[in-house]
Amino acid sequence: MRTIHTDEIIRNVKEMCIEANVHLSDDMEQAIRNAKEKETGTLGKQILGQLCENMDIAASEQIPICQDTGMAVLFVKVGQDVHIEGMNITDAINEGVRQGYKEGYLRKSVVADPLLRENTKDNTPAIIHYDIVPGDQLEILIAPKGFGSENMSKVFMLKPADGAEGVKNAVIEAVKDAGPNACPPIVVGVGVGGDFEKAAILAKKALTRNTTEGSSLPHIKEMEQELLERINKLGIGPGGLGGATTALAVNIETYPTHIAGLPVAVNMCCHVNRHVKRVL
Amino acid sequence: MDKRINVPFTKDEVVTLHAGDYVYLTGTIYSARDAAHKRMYDTMLEGKEIPMELKNNVIYYLGPTPAREGQVIGSAGPTTASRMDKYTPLLLDNGLNGMIGKGKRSKEVIDAIVRNKAVYFAAVGGAGALLSKCIKKSEVIAYDDLGTESIRKMEVENFPVIVVIDSEGNNLYETAVEEFRKTL
Repeated sequence: MRTIHTDEIIRNVKEMCIEANVHLSDDMEQAIRNAKEKETGTLGKQILGQLCENMDIAASEQIPICQDTGMAVLFVKVGQDVHIEGMNITDAINEGVRQGYKEGYLRKSVVADPLLRENTKDNTPAIIHYDIVPGDQLEILIAPKGFGSENMSKVFMLKPADGAEGVKNAVIEAVKDAGPNACPPIVVGVGVGGDFEKAAILAKKALTRNTTEGSSLPHIKEMEQELLERINKLGIGPGGLGGATTALAVNIETYPTHIAGLPVAVNMCCHVNRHVKRVL
Repeated sequence: MDKRINVPFTKDEVVTLHAGDYVYLTGTIYSARDAAHKRMYDTMLEGKEIPMELKNNVIYYLGPTPAREGQVIGSAGPTTASRMDKYTPLLLDNGLNGMIGKGKRSKEVIDAIVRNKAVYFAAVGGAGALLSKCIKKSEVIAYDDLGTESIRKMEVENFPVIVVIDSEGNNLYETAVEEFRKTL
């Protein structure tokens, strides 16, 4: 049994919120810079140039990369041999988010009631997904999610007979429909299998995977590559103004499902695909 | 084609802008997004005065991050325009000349743009740090209680935008993608 005090959780979550909003991960930054070199669309190339300049200014002046600093989404793996001391872990995470969004001059974008719509003024509550895992460590992954792209996400409840072709068509349809609204170049997170909500969580999780890795399953990796190629032939391009870079990556996660179903969730993320992970 | 124009501008200037033009705006613009649009719309339907002048002006769909000490404004990129579609025709019919945002517009908005000879610009989504550098002054002038969604009067210098829908209804989101596909 290892003891972790919630003060440590609060401090780490605070720092991660700020870090994620000012610096992209190395793979994301490199993907955008590489795309700028390769882009053949005139406006597309100009826009990618602005995105590179934007990353430089954000890092050097600590200005958030995008004004939509997102709703704080967390994936937390709690080792079953960890004892949390201090306060309730969920309260501690929300306190970290509260402090991070205040001290980092990040935007408070959360409303308390979806219909009454009064801003909570501290960007809480966060959306937290917990996993209980073996071991005595606590892994926290934070992914602030902007809603320009979130709003263009979709869930499809396909039939088993639709198969791989059905999955691919669903992804292409979602990307076409999103067009310029999701702030391309995008990263496409896809969840296949599970049930209605599992597919959606897988799709969100897929966005947090390194964009250069690819799935560990050969048939899924092949699908990711084929989809990326097909998406980039749509011509939507950076900013939706024409070009060869509509998506920077397609990441697919899968899970066993029911004999009667083939759920597919497509979670869109703009080029500001933010995620920071720490292990305590 | 690159153009430099001053804002606010008249209808005579609006009609010289064409879908695909790269434009640098200098002058005064106003920020308003979802909640401010809803409030202005409801106020107008009640026949009351709204807190900003619409005639000849440009609204930027923006909810910035807070400014650090010494900064004019925080990160300040465009938000998705389609969420304002419900409210936009009424604003255009009452003199608004332009909007800056990102993403598609509804048929009703495009019709109102043509009917009123207005223009819809896109700024680069997700380039909020870069765009903040073109904002030289920013002052909340109304709806302070809405926080990031309040109405701001802002002075901009060479603020980079692209004409997406012009006063004749030409739509760059459709034509640019078609053009690019032909090169594949």
